Amino acid sequence: MAEVTYQAPPQADFFTKVRKSLFASPFDFLLTVVCAVLFCLLIYKLADWAFLSSIWSEEDEPLCKEATGACWSVIDARHRIIFFGLFPYEEHWRSTVACIVMIATIIASCVPWFWSGLKLSVLWVSGFAIFYILMHGGVFGLSVITPERWGGLALTIFIFAAVSLIGMPLSILLALGRRSKLPVIAKLVGLFIDFFRSLPLLTILFTAAVITPFVLPGWLQGDKLYRVIVGFAIFFAAYQAENIRAGLQAIPPGQDEAGKTLGLNYMQRVSRIQLPQAFRNSLPAIVNQFVITFKETSIVTIVGFFEILASGSAAFGTGKWTHHYIEVYVFIGLIYFVFVFSLSRYGAYLEKKLRVGHG
Amino acid sequence: MTSFLRSQKVREIFFQALVLSVVAALLVAMVINTRASLEAQSLTTGFGFLERSTGWDFSFSVLPYSISDTYSKTILIGILNTLLLGFLGIFFATLIGIVIGLIRTSKNALFSMLGTVYVETFRNVPLILQALFWYAIVSHLPKPRAALSLGDTVFLSGRGLYFPVLNIALWSFAVMVAMFIAWVIFLPWLRERLRHSASYYRIRNIGWILLPLAMFVVGYIARIPETPLVDIPALKGLNFRGGMRLPPELSALIIAIALYGGAYIGEVVRAGLMSVPKGQIEAAFVNGLKPFHIFSRIRLPLAIRAVLPSLTNQYVQLMKATTIGIVIGFSDLFMIISTSINQSGQTLELLAILMGSFLIINLSIAFVMNTINRKLALKGYEVKG
Repeated sequence: MAEVTYQAPPQADFFTKVRKSLFASPFDFLLTVVCAVLFCLLIYKLADWAFLSSIWSEEDEPLCKEATGACWSVIDARHRIIFFGLFPYEEHWRSTVACIVMIATIIASCVPWFWSGLKLSVLWVSGFAIFYILMHGGVFGLSVITPERWGGLALTIFIFAAVSLIGMPLSILLALGRRSKLPVIAKLVGLFIDFFRSLPLLTILFTAAVITPFVLPGWLQGDKLYRVIVGFAIFFAAYQAENIRAGLQAIPPGQDEAGKTLGLNYMQRVSRIQLPQAFRNSLPAIVNQFVITFKETSIVTIVGFFEILASGSAAFGTGKWTHHYIEVYVFIGLIYFVFVFSLSRYGAYLEKKLRVGHG
Repeated sequence: MTSFLRSQKVREIFFQALVLSVVAALLVAMVINTRASLEAQSLTTGFGFLERSTGWDFSFSVLPYSISDTYSKTILIGILNTLLLGFLGIFFATLIGIVIGLIRTSKNALFSMLGTVYVETFRNVPLILQALFWYAIVSHLPKPRAALSLGDTVFLSGRGLYFPVLNIALWSFAVMVAMFIAWVIFLPWLRERLRHSASYYRIRNIGWILLPLAMFVVGYIARIPETPLVDIPALKGLNFRGGMRLPPELSALIIAIALYGGAYIGEVVRAGLMSVPKGQIEAAFVNGLKPFHIFSRIRLPLAIRAVLPSLTNQYVQLMKATTIGIVIGFSDLFMIISTSINQSGQTLELLAILMGSFLIINLSIAFVMNTINRKLALKGYEVKG
């Protein structure tokens, strides 16, 4: 019998790849050159503005008038206001440590080892508790700092974390409710979700801040910050519930039926069969919702909170700094970018990884 | 009796009745509490205030207005402002999105990277920050005297963008738009009627030539007498006179929404173009179609169908995003309503109007897009998303 030799398809080497993707035709060649020039120009202009001809220290501020680059003096002088808002100066370390703890919690929950209901709950509740104790104080000899004086990056992170912590369990309940086989429950939950999804977030936050005092009895109102967070969490949950529902719908009905045959009750089927698969199915969409939520925390500035956007505006609001608004906006933009970009890259990575698993 | 209580069906009905009554009780309790707190602050309810005049000013209006206008007219202006901002923003976002989507699907790696850099830059920074940024840039532009000009007809200054307009009555624009829509709706009907025959194409081509002419005639009839046909802005003293002015608030918001929405729509367009099965393109290639025809006859029509549902979503999102206009003082619906609440105290009624308006606007967008989607859908062919 003739020997059959299996040959791998020819692998394109590096140069062939480059030629194919950059210099396939004369027009392509031209396009590549134009793009390369454009990129170089863009990078040079940016680097020149941000690094080469920029002024860095607070003392050099008078030089900013002549400089063609950025005047980072404003950041040097006012970075504490941007990061901490009205938080008492001597206690800034608490705000810093709290932010680091919360960011570590967020990063830890991206590690697959933590992906079980129990571990995630423990992680988030303890992370959030440490954050709250550090910020609020009142125990372990820390002085009390009420939420009205929280601000800057810490407030942004607090709102994001609180919304996630309240919103995530709520979204699971809503998703299960909407798929309930009891018609009244399904209709009610559906109405609830669609109502909140049809409104702009700002109207909901505004309602929570301004209107709820009319509607709720006094003992239920709480601080304005907490009302806004609850409103935000409901909005978040309405969107997240739809993502989870999409994940639930992708599970073949046989799975649930198999669970029934084995004698598992509803809670067991939901927690052991449905939810793990639903999360796996729609993990990219779920992460994406977190990304959007982090960006949308900036909207609370409109209902009067001193989060990083408002504290940034305050940073260039006085005296000699009024001309340096661009530097401050770019700086805040970069802070958001670091968070949002890394979260969304993580989402894209998950999407790729999970697709492989599904074949 | 025990078997009756144990029955699954009875328990389910009982449970649902319980939930329903709890929800109803909560709503009733909220209403009672609201009435009590309104009475405590001696506020009146009802929509009677809509006929009162407002007595306060706001920054921008598409219609002529005065501070003695009624609340109902002011709110209407707010809705129109929101719609104007939304439509302009969505229009430019779609244009940018299509370009970015095409760039990102280019085979040239460096060229597509250009699109990636754009998308990542504008998508990962909050819209509200971008609006603030552009507003700061636009309002710090040079004074009218030193305005940037484009052939002395379009001027860009810290006071906003000035550009020439036609001196014709407002109603004629509505007539022109109506004519255009009627013609676009009439065409598919005619095509079905004439079954794609040669006479259909003849009528179509003549129609496309006649339509602009008819619009021109309408515009000419609607001329405002004793004024030049084209009103060009010109510097008079410290400011510009004539022409149309796009105030800095509106310009900044349009720029922000267009750039931000463009990044998202670019991703939608890219996903649509990528979702066209490779076999379709190869088949077209084998059949000898030119690259441009492969794009315009195969890839684009299939991509549009794949894209429409997510595009609808983006449009609704962008429409909702217009509410951030308040942060730079653009008098959109949200700002008008929140000022009205401050001034009149009719909190609940105004909030109901706000929510109702957004519900109607968003449902209308969804309705129009879904209708287009249904009309375009290929029978028996579904593009995998």
